[in-house]
Amino acid sequence: MTGNHQTLALLLFSVFVAITLGMTTWVSRHRHGSAEEFYAGGRLFSPMENGFAIAGDYMSAASFLGISGLIALFGYDGLLYSVGFLVAWLVVLFLVAELVRNCGRFTLADVVASRMRERPVRIAAGTSSVTVSVLYLVAQMVGAGSLVALLLGGTSEAARTWTVIGVGALMVVYVSFGGMRATTWIQIVKAVLLMGGAIALTVLVLMRFHGDFNQLLRTAAERSGHGNAFLAPGLKYGGDWTARLDFMSLGLALVLGTAGLPHILSRFYTVPTARAARRSVVWSIGLIGGFYLMTIVLGFGAAAIIGPDAVRGSNAAGNTAVPLLALDLGGGAGSTGGTVLFAVVAAIAFATILAVVAGITLASSASVAHDLYASLRGRHAKPRSEVAVARTAAVGIGVVAIALGLLARDLNVAFLVGLAFAVAASANLPVLLYSLFWRNFTTRGAVWSVYGGLVPALVLVVLSPVVSGSPASLFPGVDLQYFPLENPGLVSIPLGFLAGWLGTVTSPQPPDQARHAETEVRALTGAGAV
Amino acid sequence: MEKHDGPDPARVRIDDPWYDALASGWGELDGTGAPAPVVPPARGRQEDRGTRAADIYLEVQRSAAFQEVRSRYRRFVIPAAAVFLTWYVAYVVTATTAPAFMARPVAGAVNVAMVAGLGQFLTTFLLTWAYARHARLRRDRAALDLRWDTQELTRAVAGGER
Repeated sequence: MTGNHQTLALLLFSVFVAITLGMTTWVSRHRHGSAEEFYAGGRLFSPMENGFAIAGDYMSAASFLGISGLIALFGYDGLLYSVGFLVAWLVVLFLVAELVRNCGRFTLADVVASRMRERPVRIAAGTSSVTVSVLYLVAQMVGAGSLVALLLGGTSEAARTWTVIGVGALMVVYVSFGGMRATTWIQIVKAVLLMGGAIALTVLVLMRFHGDFNQLLRTAAERSGHGNAFLAPGLKYGGDWTARLDFMSLGLALVLGTAGLPHILSRFYTVPTARAARRSVVWSIGLIGGFYLMTIVLGFGAAAIIGPDAVRGSNAAGNTAVPLLALDLGGGAGSTGGTVLFAVVAAIAFATILAVVAGITLASSASVAHDLYASLRGRHAKPRSEVAVARTAAVGIGVVAIALGLLARDLNVAFLVGLAFAVAASANLPVLLYSLFWRNFTTRGAVWSVYGGLVPALVLVVLSPVVSGSPASLFPGVDLQYFPLENPGLVSIPLGFLAGWLGTVTSPQPPDQARHAETEVRALTGAGAV
Repeated sequence: MEKHDGPDPARVRIDDPWYDALASGWGELDGTGAPAPVVPPARGRQEDRGTRAADIYLEVQRSAAFQEVRSRYRRFVIPAAAVFLTWYVAYVVTATTAPAFMARPVAGAVNVAMVAGLGQFLTTFLLTWAYARHARLRRDRAALDLRWDTQELTRAVAGGER
């Protein structure tokens, strides 16, 4: 990677940052400072705009670079990820999007609190939302740091540290000055750039093989050195039963976690009606599905054109497969086309990370201000505007994320993302589904279900081989490992559902039928929705 | 970008569900086309000033119109969710436990695994389309009527209490 690539990539990225900062100033020039405006962008986005923004919020650099890299290295096993990430959207579309839009105002806790005792439920749901957001945020920050090291050749620790700090500072600026409106526009721009980049590369790959997908697969299998095994599952997750169970656990977390991600849920509040929320999910399923189909072509294309050995040589985890592919498709190293295409892909990857972290920061600052602060502040505390608290919270979360991102910089990004999904699926999804669909659900059930999913998920990770007991773990010297799987989902998701049920049946108070009726009528008709 | 700075009337109208569903709902006579049985109108209730908003929601929940909307929603969503979750879990379990079966060639370099994976994409798109169509044709209009009636009722009560 020569100096030319880096200069051009940096230049393009600076242009993106300048444009997004300009947008942030532009959209906030008539700011009123209302909560509606800060958390939900005034609820005036169209379904198409919101669909692009959802896609921009969801497709992280981990999927753009990570999944195609996994496919380039392990063939079919990388594809299993993208299937899980896409199928998850059916859960969102069928069970969550419209009902959440009708019942809530800004956060996940709004939906649950609408039929429960407010304080304990808000504290529980707010805590788990912030936990999920911070985990996801750390994953993105770690990804940003290693991406810079990879793409710009700045392998020095200082370059990584400054990237993490820079990304953190930018996201705080976007969120605290621009709120949901600026964040949404950044996500839309990013989604358009990402789709455009992916389409261009896919077309170039298919042109290289004269549109023959079969030929592409054959060449990829030949170059991989695994032959036809490259096109079938088993290269990465094949091993022993622990590895297989671990993958099933991850698969379950992926498909059930999306519907519990706070930054995805908060996107449904930016459109005027439940019908618009549904249509935005339809848009986003089209975009996300199309995108993951293209990552399959890009992944196998990288295996066929560059070869897994060259990919592995550049980065052991495969994260540089797509940039290398772009370099080759543009005409090879040293050519103008190659330089430009490489720089564009690198800049898109940065833009992707920025847009995703901005969305998560906004959602978690909403949880802090709207759920936790409002419930926890003392009776005699000075009443302050909720939006002011949210802006401050965004700064606080930014600092925490930068600190954790620097501490956790050697953790695997895909693992962190899988963990965030597992916690979301264990702590957020059960309480959400029970609140929306179970007549007899009670406050105790809601609180138990959140903590009953959150605590086991986190404890199982601490006891897993990720933290201790194997040479690759965080603390190889200690041995706390009592749980064999890296992803806790397989155990903690059922526990979350079980705890909610148990809390409800042991609850001394009868369920509130009137408030259940209100939630159900509002959820399905939109009566009284804001 | 400008259009989001203030409530632009033209835009609001386009996404306004009242306007939207009325415009599209009329010609569609498959099931919901027949005007949904409506909850009792607001007028008779107005004297009953003691009615709390909560009772209205209970009343709407018990109404035939609401039960119909809810059962239409559930009759689609529950089987469809069961189908796609089973299909996905079966796919993941087969991929991890029976790689030999998944490696069986189908046509050229395309094997069972590839067909199943692309099949997951295809079923996701198809179910998305089916759900959106079902909601648009079978639920939206009835839900909109209920929303209108419920809000009329709650408004009447809120007005009465003040």
